[in-house]
Amino acid sequence: MVATTIPPMRALCRYLLRPQAPVYPRCHHLVRSKRHSSAPAGARLNNTVEYDTTPILHHTSRTALQNPELPEDVRKGQTKRINLYTAINEALRHALQTDERTLVFGEDVQFGGVFRCTMNLATDFGTERVFNTPLSEQGLVGFAIGAASEGMRPVAEIQFADYVYPAFDQIVNEAAKYRYRSGSSGVNCGGLVIRMPSGGVGHGALYHSQSPEALFTHTPGLRVVIPRSPTQAKGLLLSSIRSNDPIIFMEPKILYRAAVEQVPVAPYYLPLDKAEVLKAGKDVTIISYGTPLYTCSAAIKAAEKDFGCSVELIDLRTIFPWDRATVLDSVKKTGRAIVVHESMMNAGVGAEVAATIQEKAFLRLEAPVKRVTGWATHTGLQYEKFIIPDVTRVYDAIRQTLDY
Amino acid sequence: MTPDVPLVCITPHISPWPAVFHVKPPFKMSLRSRYSRICHDAFRRPSIYANVSQITRKATPAWQTCRSVASTPNAQKVLFPGALNSEFTDTLEVLRPSNNKAIPTYRVLDQYGEVINKEIGVETEDGEALELYKNMVCLSIMDLIMFEAQRQGRLSFYMVSAGEEGIAIGSASALNPTDVIFCQYRETGVYMQRGFTLDQFMNQLFANTKDIGLGRNMPVHYGTEKLHIHTISSTLATQIPHAAGAAYALKMQNMTQSPDAEKRIVVCYFGEGAASEGDFHAALNIAATRQVPAVFVCRNNGYAISTPTSDQYRGDGIASRGAGYGIPTLRVDGNDIFAVRRATKQARKLALENDGQPVLIEMMAYRVGHHSTSDDSFAYRQKIEVEDWKRRDNPITRLRKWLEGRNLWDEDKERELRSRKRKEVLSAFDRAEKLKKPAIKNAFADVWEDLTEEQRSHVEEMRDILKRYPKEYDVDHHEGGVESLDELLAKKS
Ligand SMILES: Cc1ncc(C[n+]2csc(CCOP(=O)(O)OP(=O)(O)O)c2C)c(N)n1
Ligand SMILES: [Mg+2]
Repeated sequence: MVATTIPPMRALCRYLLRPQAPVYPRCHHLVRSKRHSSAPAGARLNNTVEYDTTPILHHTSRTALQNPELPEDVRKGQTKRINLYTAINEALRHALQTDERTLVFGEDVQFGGVFRCTMNLATDFGTERVFNTPLSEQGLVGFAIGAASEGMRPVAEIQFADYVYPAFDQIVNEAAKYRYRSGSSGVNCGGLVIRMPSGGVGHGALYHSQSPEALFTHTPGLRVVIPRSPTQAKGLLLSSIRSNDPIIFMEPKILYRAAVEQVPVAPYYLPLDKAEVLKAGKDVTIISYGTPLYTCSAAIKAAEKDFGCSVELIDLRTIFPWDRATVLDSVKKTGRAIVVHESMMNAGVGAEVAATIQEKAFLRLEAPVKRVTGWATHTGLQYEKFIIPDVTRVYDAIRQTLDY
Repeated sequence: MTPDVPLVCITPHISPWPAVFHVKPPFKMSLRSRYSRICHDAFRRPSIYANVSQITRKATPAWQTCRSVASTPNAQKVLFPGALNSEFTDTLEVLRPSNNKAIPTYRVLDQYGEVINKEIGVETEDGEALELYKNMVCLSIMDLIMFEAQRQGRLSFYMVSAGEEGIAIGSASALNPTDVIFCQYRETGVYMQRGFTLDQFMNQLFANTKDIGLGRNMPVHYGTEKLHIHTISSTLATQIPHAAGAAYALKMQNMTQSPDAEKRIVVCYFGEGAASEGDFHAALNIAATRQVPAVFVCRNNGYAISTPTSDQYRGDGIASRGAGYGIPTLRVDGNDIFAVRRATKQARKLALENDGQPVLIEMMAYRVGHHSTSDDSFAYRQKIEVEDWKRRDNPITRLRKWLEGRNLWDEDKERELRSRKRKEVLSAFDRAEKLKKPAIKNAFADVWEDLTEEQRSHVEEMRDILKRYPKEYDVDHHEGGVESLDELLAKKS
C-alpha cells in the first residue's frame, strides 16, 4: 500500500528538529493525491483512465475547433490548453466583463475559492461584484435568488455539493417556483446559477464525495447541468448565466485539475437542451455524464477490443430537463442501453432514463436497461473504490448486456 | 469547587438590553462581592423565564400572570408579550451596537504567564497543571507529525489545532467525564484530555481495522461513545441543534434520576464561521426556550478557511449574540488555559442551575496553522501576521512560563517530554499504519439497522464482480477479503 519511494517514517523526526522552519510547500486541495485511489499492480481495466490520451478531451487545437456546436468565428479562432477550473474562471470572467449585472459570490470566493475557480476575479472586478459571503448556504442562496429577482445575474458558489442541503428549501421551494407562483406578473429568478463541486475524488468519504443531482432533477423549474470537460464547462456555464431559468451547475471536482484540453479562447455558448453523442456505435448505447464518461470511454475501448462490439457513448450534459430524443434515437438503433452515474442507484437519474427508454422504445430493446451506479449506501472512506462505478463494472455491464 | 472569582457572566435576564454588553456597576465594589452579587441576582431571584419550561411543575408560568399588568393605568411599562421588561421612552434612540463597549475578554494569566489577580490566584493544582501542559505538548507534537505525514502522502488529510490547544484541553479538563460532547473538528485536545489514546487517534487517521469509525470517515472525524463524544460530521454547525436536543434529553434524565446521581450537561464546540449557519441560531434559540443544560463553546480563531471575521459578521464577535437569545454569556482568552478552565467550570455550574439553562462561551484565539492540509493560508494572509501571533502569544508557552515561574518546569524537562511524546506518537503511528483496512462489509452495514433487500442485491452484484475480476481489486488489503461480504449476506435481517 505504501510505496517504497516514501521516506522512512523516522524521517518525520527531522521536521521536529526544526519546528519553526516553514515547511509547507504550495498546497493543493482535495483533488490531488492519486496515491489514495488504488488498483492492484496487475489490474488491466481499473485505473486505465488516462487523461492525457482519453478521447473525451481535445488534445489538439484542430479537434477542439472541429466542434460543430461552435459558431463559425470561434472555429476560426485560437485555442489554449487549460484545465477545468480555469475554464470556469474564464467563463465567469467573460460574464463579469460583458454583463454588469453579473455577481459572483460564496464562501471563500474572494481569494479564489478552495478550488481556485474564482481566482483573481475579486481583484479584477472589485469586491462589490465578487465577494465572500458569511458561512451560510441557505443565506447565500436566498440572497442570490433575491438579487436575481431584482434583475441581477448572480453566480453563487456552494463550496461542496455535499453542503448544498442547508439551501435546499431556498432552491426547491423558492428558486424553482418563483416564476410559476408570480403568475402573470412574470417575476422570476432567471440568471441565477448555483455552482457546486461534486463527485468522488478517491478519499472524500461521506461529505466530500456526493453527487446529489437526482435531488434536483425531481424539481420542475430547475435546470441541472454537469459538464464533462473544460470546453463544455466554459460553454455550458456561459449559457447557464444567460439562461432565464435557475440553474444547478455541478462541477465534477476531480476534473478541475485532471481534465486538461484545448479550449477556444473566444467566448461561446453551448446548448442547455442537447445531449451529445461522443462516440457512435451500433450494438449498445451508454448514457452518462460528468466523470464516469472517462470510465465509460476506457471500458468501451477494452470491450470493443475483447468482444468485437461497437458501443455508442452519450453525454447527457443537461441532466434535467434532458434530451430524451437523442437518447431514444440511439437506443432504437442499438437496442441496448446502459446508464452510468456515480450517485446511488435508488431513485437516481438512471431510473428516470431507464424508465423512459422502456416506455418509448420497449419493442426495440434486446436486453434490459442496465444501471451501473453507486450502491444503496454512503461513500465510506475506505470503500469508495468499491462503490463508485469503475472501468471493470462498466466493461462487465457491456458484456452482460450484449450476452443477454 | 470553583472559588468565587471575578468572572462576570453576562446574564441577559438581569439587565435591560443595551447594558448587557458591559455589566459594570456604577458604584465601587470589590470584584469578589460584585461577582457574588450578580450571581445572586441572576440565579436566586426567580427569573421571569424560569418556570416556562419546567415540565414537572404545575404553577402558572410567570409570563402568563404578568399579562394583566398591561392594563394598570399608570404603568411605566406595558408588558407586550414579545418584550416583557421594556419601559416606555419619549426619546427616539437608535440602538447602535457599535457604540457599545466590546464585551471584555476574561483572563487569569497575562501573556508572560503572570497571575493578574494575585488575591484570587489559580485554583489548578500544580500536578494537574503539569498534566495539562503535557497534553498540550503531546497534541502539538502529534499535529506536527501528522501534518508532515500528510505531506509525505501517508494519509489523505489532517487538521491541526495550533493556537487552540488550550481551548480544547482546558475546557475538557473542567467537565465531568460523563458530560456529553459534540465537536466540530478542531477539538482533538478534547478527545486527548478525555483519554482517547494515541493508538485510537492513529487507527482513525489511518482508517484501519481497529478504527472505531470502521474506516468510513475522513481523518480527524473521531468519535467514541465510551468517552461520551459524538462522532464528528464534516457538515458545519449541524451538531449545534443536536447538542440542544441531547441536552434536553439529559435535562429530563437529570430530573428523574436519583438525587445523588451526578447530573450531566452537554458541551458543544464550533467555530466562529460555523456560527453563521442557520443551525447555530436555531440551536441557541431552542436551547433557550427549552432551558437545556448545555454549554456552547465557540472557538473564535479569526478565520473560516480564508474568510476573515470581518466578512463573517459585523457584531461584537459571537458572544454578543448570547443576549439576543437570552443566554448567559462569557468571553474568554483562549490562550489562557486557566481562564478557559475557570469559565468552563462556571458555565457548567450555571448550566445545571434551575434544572438547566444554556450558556454561551466565546473562546478567543488565532488560527496559527493552515485551515487543513488542503489549504495554503499564505494565499490569503501574510506570513508575518502568523509569525507575529506565534511570537506574541500561545496557550502552550503561556502555561510554560507560569510553570517555570513556579519552578515546576525547565529546559531539561521540556526536552525529555518532547522526545518521549515524539516516540509515543511515532510508535502508535507505526502500529496503526501496518494494520489492514476494515472489512469490505462495512461499506454496506449500518446504513439501516438491517441490510435491505435492495442492498442485498447490490452486495451480491458487487461480490460477483470482485470474484470474477480478482486482478482488478485489492480486496486482500481489507480484513477478511471478499469473504466478509458472505458474512454480511449470511446474517439474517
Ligand atoms: C455546511 C458546510 N459548509 C461549508 C463547509 C466547508 N468548510 C469546512 S471548514 C469551513 C470553515 C469553518 O470555519 P470555522 O467554523 O471558523 O472553524 P475553524 O476552521 O476556524 O476552526 C468551511 C467553510 C462545511 N464543512 N460545511
Ligand atoms: Mg474559525
